[in-house]
Amino acid sequence: MSDDVRTLTAQLAADGSSLAFLDLAELLRQRGQLGPALTVAANGLARYPDMAEAHSLHARILADAGHGDAAFDGWMTALRLDPADRSAHKGLGFLYYRAGDAPRALRHLEAAAAGAAADAGLAAAILRMRAASTAPEPVPPQTQPRAEDSVATASPPMPFSLDVDSSLPDDAELFAGLEGARDGLLLLDQHGLRLGGGLRDGDGTDVADTVAAHLAGVSREAARAGRLLGLGAWQSVSVECPDGNMHLVAPTPETVLLTVRDIGVPAGRLALLADRAAQAARRWLEGLS
Amino acid sequence: MSQHEQALRRVSAVRGIRGVMLVSASDGLVVADVSMEDVDGRAVAALAASLCARLRRATTSAGLGVPGVVHLRGEEGVLLAVPAPNDMLVVAVADRGANVGLARLELLEAARVLG
Repeated sequence: MSDDVRTLTAQLAADGSSLAFLDLAELLRQRGQLGPALTVAANGLARYPDMAEAHSLHARILADAGHGDAAFDGWMTALRLDPADRSAHKGLGFLYYRAGDAPRALRHLEAAAAGAAADAGLAAAILRMRAASTAPEPVPPQTQPRAEDSVATASPPMPFSLDVDSSLPDDAELFAGLEGARDGLLLLDQHGLRLGGGLRDGDGTDVADTVAAHLAGVSREAARAGRLLGLGAWQSVSVECPDGNMHLVAPTPETVLLTVRDIGVPAGRLALLADRAAQAARRWLEGLS
Repeated sequence: MSQHEQALRRVSAVRGIRGVMLVSASDGLVVADVSMEDVDGRAVAALAASLCARLRRATTSAGLGVPGVVHLRGEEGVLLAVPAPNDMLVVAVADRGANVGLARLELLEAARVLG
């Protein structure tokens, strides 16, 4: 048990009405200890049923655990209590994104960004939602996002335009000059949302959003493996496959970069390409901020 | 010595290998292991199986096929996993200075033998 967790647990044990449960549950969530995080948040929620922040936190943990249905309800409750709750807007935005409802996703993401400090992932998601909302192809009507919209079963949400008119850097600049900038380099956030780059399979089909969704949480999982197995902080994950190789690195703690090349590219060169792309990604993310 | 043990011991003989095990890929349980000093075998099995399952979904979606070798590199060591027949994984945990190239080859050979 880390010092932070120990301190917060002691605070909570000494004073059951302490708001330390918020920090403790969030800390446990960030460490991937979703069971304990859920218990702490639920206990706090029982004590403070009218606190929007507690509902939001509880929903965030539920979403991480794959319970999109319950998370949706939790965030809606948070917004009833506090219509400006940023965390709830952000969570609902991502759920609507997963459900393929770009207009609703955009509305919530913009509300989350209002008056907030810079959040590169959020800014990029808004760009993409704006592009999707103005795309010529109609977005199929969707009902509320439910559990079946979870990552494991998510279909590719929608086609995105990469040419977004914005003062923020276009993601076309992200990997400019690098080999595979549009079809073999993909930057995603921890929620499995594509931030930039692209990925196509052997048939030329755009698989970026699907693959990004499947990789949601891979950074957390790799971090957990590194910690529990005494491997230290994770630096890369490489995967050799019959029809190509995949290399994952984390340009920042909140993002994951995927590099894919055919099997003819040696592992060492693939790692070098990934490192260069990671540097480009860091520069681009700084520009977003 | 069983065939499983022989195959795993060849991997464990590689410099820097801290432990090697045969894991059920679908449920993350240890089937057989050798030389898992200072390593929580159950944690290795569960984490390796979970990570490989996630990566398999990603590589399949990307049209790359099923992973043949997974290599997680940490600051202090590495985790290697190679799928074997019958829904198994051969998994090794190694120090940072391990001969990863040789370990990879021995893992592939172990997976072949275990099939």
